[in-house]
Amino acid sequence: MATSFIVKDCTLISIAMGEEALNLRELSDRIKFVHPGCIYYHFWGGMLRSAFDEPEYQNDFAAWAWRSLHDSRLAERLAIIDPSHHQNIEDLRQELADVIDERLAEDEYVTWARSGQRFKFVRSQIVVFDTGIRISHPGEMTERIPRMSLGSVFYHFIDARRRTPDGKDDFVEWFQTFEEGVCDELIARINRIDPYFTTLAALRQELEMVFQQCQPEEERP
Amino acid sequence: MNSLLEQYAAIVGDTVIDQLKQLARPLAGMKIVHVNSTREGGGVAEILSWLVPLKQELGLETEWEVIGGDKDFYQCTKKFHNGLQGNPVLIPPAQLRAYERTNEENGERLRQTLEAADFVFIHDPQPAPLLQMCPGRKGKWVWRCHIDLSHPHRAVWKYLRGFVASYDASIWSLADFAQPLPHPLYLIAPSIDPLSQKNIGLSADEVNRVYEQYGINPDLPLITQISRFDYFKDPLGVIQAYRMVKEFSPVQLVLAGGGAADDPEGEEVLREVQAAAGDDPDIHVLLLPADAHREINALQRASTICVQKSTREGFGLTVTEAMWKGKPVIGGDTGGIRLQVINHHTGFLVNTPEGAALRIRYLLKNRRKLEDMGRKANEFVYQNFLVTRHLREYLTLMIATMQEGVERIEM
Repeated sequence: MATSFIVKDCTLISIAMGEEALNLRELSDRIKFVHPGCIYYHFWGGMLRSAFDEPEYQNDFAAWAWRSLHDSRLAERLAIIDPSHHQNIEDLRQELADVIDERLAEDEYVTWARSGQRFKFVRSQIVVFDTGIRISHPGEMTERIPRMSLGSVFYHFIDARRRTPDGKDDFVEWFQTFEEGVCDELIARINRIDPYFTTLAALRQELEMVFQQCQPEEERP
Repeated sequence: MNSLLEQYAAIVGDTVIDQLKQLARPLAGMKIVHVNSTREGGGVAEILSWLVPLKQELGLETEWEVIGGDKDFYQCTKKFHNGLQGNPVLIPPAQLRAYERTNEENGERLRQTLEAADFVFIHDPQPAPLLQMCPGRKGKWVWRCHIDLSHPHRAVWKYLRGFVASYDASIWSLADFAQPLPHPLYLIAPSIDPLSQKNIGLSADEVNRVYEQYGINPDLPLITQISRFDYFKDPLGVIQAYRMVKEFSPVQLVLAGGGAADDPEGEEVLREVQAAAGDDPDIHVLLLPADAHREINALQRASTICVQKSTREGFGLTVTEAMWKGKPVIGGDTGGIRLQVINHHTGFLVNTPEGAALRIRYLLKNRRKLEDMGRKANEFVYQNFLVTRHLREYLTLMIATMQEGVERIEM
């Protein structure tokens, strides 16, 4: 018998690290040693903090390369890095560093940003709290998902990938505790949702649609 | 009468309000004190006027204290403000003594309240030395800097740093403003209150009344800058931009603002603006009383385009207000305006009067684009810059400062 799904919520507060990069060489140097929370924040933090929903580039490194260094080639290469394809932050950090170093090797000159447009490293603290809501069967998700806060969506669908052993979201983790066959279709469809190139509100809608279209099988008595 | 939280729920939805209640639960009963230097005028007083009652309604015992001083004190803190925003200033020792003496006097008066508080939020440099006056403090002390400190005049910052370095944390509007200090530098963008007189929805009649009240022609496009009369807001640059536009298309300009009680420089700037406006009947320079919130609201709603051509700006709440009313904003490419004005989406960022003139002309010519931008601006504020998000971050920060260094805090 599976246990109930505990709906949690989370809020994020950003913290400036006081570290910055004025050019690409400095960015390369800092990225190799900066607090891992910064790498996470600059890829995923945009979802929970105040940000424009139609950004030119999804992560802060790409946006800086484009806006402050005016290096659209680098911006495109950085923008395509998908953090959800990396097992952990160190893997992601390595890919980021590789892309930047490759660009540095291509160019004879190091590009600089104007002094007011340095890259500022930021990390975050996340406060997680229990909403008191319990879901006892996957079928109830259809009704619950649209009423979940964006913080809950972030916690269960994005943050979970850092917490769960297989890097899965909490919904899939929970569905796997049910008898085989009950949630297979649901699991397959949720696994197909791209968590990155989107917003939390859009993710909530996608999840809602999956739950509406795909009800779990009845468990055997 | 519904509770404040119920009124906000009608705008942002129950989910957002439920989240605030859950977040506030572990903080219930805590004593919180906010301290600043004016109860009226300026963005800080506006923020506190909604933040304090909302925290109270969430069960936090919240008070708002104001420190006051003499002319020398305000002269000194105005120079701090200018110096911290990058202007080289020389502050006479007598004014610095007045600053410290004023804080000592206010410290005497407030010591008992501040030392007993679980959280003390000190806003801006004016009351910063109060921490040193409270050796028996038991709670967390947080310095909230509302100013653009990206390029401070070093001598001023060095002096003030001595007062703020001992705080447990500081809050900044943008990462660009944060100066290195030996404590966590939290980032919280300001916000506007959609229920305040300045932002609440108005009837068409009330909006239309401002035309008659201020002699504005309802048939001409209206460009408006609402802000204190302050050099950093560049009102003279706005007049220049208006004149460049007027060479090509008929337009009128409103420059409206009130004085803040803690700003002694306003009158001088106002005189310069009036001189620059001359006898042009299409320039309306309006010095409004501190409580003219509904008039400002109506002026923004009556505007075709809003401008905030600052050369330095902490955040620019007038930008947020204009965007909330569905107006595209042409803003100076500086400070918090960059966070709100997304080029080609919610308005345009400009660096010169020429740039402002160019964008005004573009929008006046492309009315559909103007309307699209206005819609996006309103949505952007709805999602990001309303009081509920601001309050959520304050509550999160309070929990976070109790477990400093922990990346994920499970309540």
